[in-house]
Amino acid sequence: MKHTLSVLVENKPGVLTRIAGLFARRGFNIKSLAVGETEDPEVSRMTIVVDGDDRIIEQVTKQLNKLVDVIKLSDITHDEFVDRELVLIKVHCDASNRSEIIQIVDVFRARIVDMGRNSMIIEATGDSGKIDAIETSLRPFGIRELVRTGKIAMVRGPKTRNGEA
Amino acid sequence: MEVVFGYPGGAVLSIYDALYDDDRIKHVLTRHEQGAVHAADGYARATGKPGVVIATSGPGATNLVTGIANAYMDSVPLVAITGQVACNMIGKDSFQEADITGITQPITKYSYLVKDVNHLARIVREAFHIASTGRPGPVVIDLPKDVTAARAEFRYPPEIDLPGYQYMYNGITAKLNCAVEAIKRAKKPVIYAGGGVIASGAHEELLQFAERIQAPVTTTLMGKGAFPDTHPLSLGMLGMHGTCYANYAVSECDLLIGLGVRFDDRVTGRVDTFAPNAEIIHVDIDPAEVGKNVNIDIPLVGDVRSILVDLLREIEPQRHDQWLDTVYRWRRDYPLSYCTKKDTIKPQYVVEEIYKVTNGEAFITTEVGQHQMWAAQYYHCKYPRRFVSSGGLGTMGFGFPAALGVQIAYPDAVVFDIAGDGSIQMNIQELATAVQYKLPVNIAILNNHYLGMVRQWQEMFFNKRYSHSNMAGNPDFVKLAQAYGAEGLRVERPEDVRPALEEAINSPKPFVLDFVVDEEENVYPMVPPGGSLNKMLGGSK
Amino acid sequence: MGITAAQALVKGLEEENVTKVFGYPGGAVLPIYDALIDSDIQHVLVRHEQGAVHMANGYARISGQPGVCIATSGPGATNLVTGIATAYMDSVPVVIITGQVATSMVGTDAFQEVDITGITLPITKHNYLVKRAKDIPRIIKEAFYIARTGRPGPVLIDIPKDVAASTIEYQPVEKVELRGYKPNYKGHPQQIERAVRLINKSKKPVIYVGGGVINSGATEELYELAWKAQMPVTTTLMGLGSFPEDDRLSLHMLGLHGAPYANYAVTNADLLIGLGVRFDDRVTGAIEKFAPQAKIIHIDIDPAEIGKNVVVDVPIVGDLKLVLRDLIEKLEPQEHLEWLEQIEQWKQEHPLQYGNGDRLRPQYVIEKLGELTNHRAVVTADVGQHQMWAAQFYKFTRPRSFLTSGGLGTMGYGFPAAIGAQIADPDALVVTVTGDGSFQMAMQEMGTAVEQNLPIKVLLFNNNSLALVRQLQHFYCDKRYTAVSFTGNPDFAKFAECYGAVGLKIETRDQVEPVLKEALNNGRLTIIEVSISEEELVLPMVPNARGLDEMVQFPFGEEDQCE
Repeated sequence: MKHTLSVLVENKPGVLTRIAGLFARRGFNIKSLAVGETEDPEVSRMTIVVDGDDRIIEQVTKQLNKLVDVIKLSDITHDEFVDRELVLIKVHCDASNRSEIIQIVDVFRARIVDMGRNSMIIEATGDSGKIDAIETSLRPFGIRELVRTGKIAMVRGPKTRNGEA
Repeated sequence: MEVVFGYPGGAVLSIYDALYDDDRIKHVLTRHEQGAVHAADGYARATGKPGVVIATSGPGATNLVTGIANAYMDSVPLVAITGQVACNMIGKDSFQEADITGITQPITKYSYLVKDVNHLARIVREAFHIASTGRPGPVVIDLPKDVTAARAEFRYPPEIDLPGYQYMYNGITAKLNCAVEAIKRAKKPVIYAGGGVIASGAHEELLQFAERIQAPVTTTLMGKGAFPDTHPLSLGMLGMHGTCYANYAVSECDLLIGLGVRFDDRVTGRVDTFAPNAEIIHVDIDPAEVGKNVNIDIPLVGDVRSILVDLLREIEPQRHDQWLDTVYRWRRDYPLSYCTKKDTIKPQYVVEEIYKVTNGEAFITTEVGQHQMWAAQYYHCKYPRRFVSSGGLGTMGFGFPAALGVQIAYPDAVVFDIAGDGSIQMNIQELATAVQYKLPVNIAILNNHYLGMVRQWQEMFFNKRYSHSNMAGNPDFVKLAQAYGAEGLRVERPEDVRPALEEAINSPKPFVLDFVVDEEENVYPMVPPGGSLNKMLGGSK
Repeated sequence: MGITAAQALVKGLEEENVTKVFGYPGGAVLPIYDALIDSDIQHVLVRHEQGAVHMANGYARISGQPGVCIATSGPGATNLVTGIATAYMDSVPVVIITGQVATSMVGTDAFQEVDITGITLPITKHNYLVKRAKDIPRIIKEAFYIARTGRPGPVLIDIPKDVAASTIEYQPVEKVELRGYKPNYKGHPQQIERAVRLINKSKKPVIYVGGGVINSGATEELYELAWKAQMPVTTTLMGLGSFPEDDRLSLHMLGLHGAPYANYAVTNADLLIGLGVRFDDRVTGAIEKFAPQAKIIHIDIDPAEIGKNVVVDVPIVGDLKLVLRDLIEKLEPQEHLEWLEQIEQWKQEHPLQYGNGDRLRPQYVIEKLGELTNHRAVVTADVGQHQMWAAQFYKFTRPRSFLTSGGLGTMGYGFPAAIGAQIADPDALVVTVTGDGSFQMAMQEMGTAVEQNLPIKVLLFNNNSLALVRQLQHFYCDKRYTAVSFTGNPDFAKFAECYGAVGLKIETRDQVEPVLKEALNNGRLTIIEVSISEEELVLPMVPNARGLDEMVQFPFGEEDQCE
């Protein structure tokens, strides 16, 4: 099953390599990975989606914890969390189906960010389910290009990354 | 494949078992995996064919690391086959497990971890393709034990499908025209040739080209042999320990034609004063090299040979009499030189004698250090692929196993490893390999009881504070050779050098020559690190 | 007044109480070497960087303090890779200092440039590329702290030449602050309670001990635990010496080439207490057949080891010395008379043995070595058959007395490790047990041993063959022997002499004792070449994919019964 790991790491060069290398060498499988600075510029947060059974996830978390640059790691899969992903989809369109596509865009509260004569780029944010859904809905029109950021996530409620409320 | 070099172990048993039945492939058993990979490297450099090395998992694989990095830096086609623990054991710190694809990621052109035997034939084909095409380099194939033991239908794929791997073979016409114009315009051209000329087999075209445009040619350490050192247009090597005249020519020229070179720091010295007056043409198959270290006016990405053929088609003969007169005057006034002493052997003299006694026809390998530079300066190389030296990584201990690889490729050739007493100890264990396979390589140790290059730098830049560069505890190299049933001779007087060399060449056995040389001799000329090429120490203006 | 970063580095080493470093100079480390001249730290010049890192490893394993080695950029650094991986797999604290090309040249494929931090990512506990000179004191402090604490391991510091040469204001660092690194030492009390309950209930317990007990200095606690609860103790290769092998409760080594009674005991145990072990494949054999009836308690400082290979009933993360103290305190004295009797019977019926008679057997030589050194020498072994014979027949009695490459299985480790060991403990009697294949991988370090005047004894079993590989080909490749025969070997005694060392030979059984005595008493660096047959086998042996109790035992086959 898929697990969502929220990992705080030192914001230093080479940290991503250390983490990616660990996954490669231990034979773990990354589904998606998103990384960026946090409110503390010395700390980055990685949201990693990993596929594997409980034993694999246990090894993943333990091995990640051993990296000196990993400050804190939480498996938030079973927590209440908000997750978002952003997707850009370049979809084929022409006069005959343009309005139909716009309708779909409205339904998903997505946005059109670029419009050409026979293509448009659609931007959507949402949880993975929603992103998958909009992709499925647009597929019949012909998706010419698609790019996803990977998931970012945050635990609901007053709890913060330091565990303080 | 005809020859593989290797060392067996638990994880490669199946591979070795398959070799048992194969009489087309000769396996050379070394004494350390480092010896195997350098031997494969030497074999590849001498023949132009990819060298192949096999090692077991874990320490076998990690023992290859220096050799792989060495091949990577010098663009040598090499396929390294390593064993790995069984697929279900990977990532568990199993016995003799090492993540060799991860470890070698920065030092390979590409690497494979094979998890399905059905992919093996395709991967082997791809690996050889990648190793030997474009800019050559090392490729690692990591084979888990259970994969090599599994059975599959052997289907060697007829075609290679690698969308991410492309290289440009022919130059772009527009750029070619620019180059032609620049060459026609130039009054003071210099050709600066590197290992890429040898890799692309362009030495004949280079000769024609240089003669056609009447440009003097200087080579890098890796380019030695790309152009005959004995040719009137040859300026020898440039750079940190290059000839004065080569460095002056580069500093004064108005057009520098770089062929298969990297503008490496050991060549350029201070980059902003490198060839300050020159327009620069850079021909290389690797686009990432072009403009990496210096700004290039006319970049030509493509195979050196193919581009030289195109240029030769376009260019009429040129004359640069005045420029050549200047360059030749420099060559006359500031030659390579050293002081001779009556009772002490000068290391340069040994190299000169090796050149004379072999008439420049031998295969020379070197280790790394002062002797390497003297070999490059004083051994005049006439043909490509006969001067085998670790240029980019500067690996001590490379020369001797490389010599074994060369001798295996050319059993009848005269092969000399020019070595220092520090370097030769790094892979001395391969004497056993030389004896086992009856390889009559000659090792010329220029023995000064120092890590001479380190000592030289400490003398010049650290007020003669010689910190741990003195080699106490050296063996008696002659007795050492004899302990192996090889031959050895100590040479202490200049007049004995020549006869000793002759004896070694005529011997059918591996031969160790221990030349006791002047201990504190320095390599000159020398461009101090970070200095400009025209500001040399020793033998200059 | 400022000092150079290289001087700061040396000062940092001094503050970490480093007295010896092993290294090989080169262009990129010249500033560091220049700074070393003015220090009291003794530098040992090696003949190949591979030797330097193995020596630092041997030094660390004898002294318990981090070993330090220095190499230049490029090939100097890559020559360390095998040694770093060796230290990583065996959890040895080593601090590695490498030179790097100047900061402005990094990434340009400069002369002798290699991305050593990238290369060593998978095989270091942590590594640093120093970009700012002023970070040096902090990084040194951190590196030693990381190398030494928790589960020890190698830490590499890569220092560009210009950084080393630049001037800084030196301020000693008092405290290490690492947000992402906080080892846990104290075992969880509830888990300890659970462990106590399991032990009290057990009828057939076995303690299975690894290198972690030695690292944590918990051998006395182990002894107390074993005796208090009357539990037999088997050790891994790395754990040899943690429990006296002449003790009644000792089961000696288990695993692939373990003692039959150790393997039987583990297979029949109802409780297995793993202390500082990894449940490595060489120990467990077929994992599904490993200790099938046993509950498992696993105590280790590294949480990632627990549950990695086997499912554990009671996991305890912590330092063994502390955890065992807690455990002993809470434990009731036990007797397991029936179980110990059963074990005694296995010991009688299936001893570790080899054919006697007139032939010169390597096992006999090792036994004699054990006797003549009173089982108290420091023994280093390379990798191969001789390594297993040393492990089986020497009978180790004290911790930190057997050094070998367990996890990576690195040939060429033994001799340089002996040099490091002898330098760490100049008064010790240090013996390297090696084979002709392994010794040749690091033979150039004879020069170092001579230069340092070290009276190491090299007991070299020569069968002109890679005989452990040959043994595998014997069993698994239908005796199709390929690439295992060495015909160009030197005369090793003469080889010793060309360095001015002593070379001795043992060719018959009756020479064993006198020649060993001569070597052990001559006070000089000595190679003792023992000629043995390439047909010797290491037995017992657990075949691939078999359980520990399915060993192939002596006597086996015809060529094994030579007499």
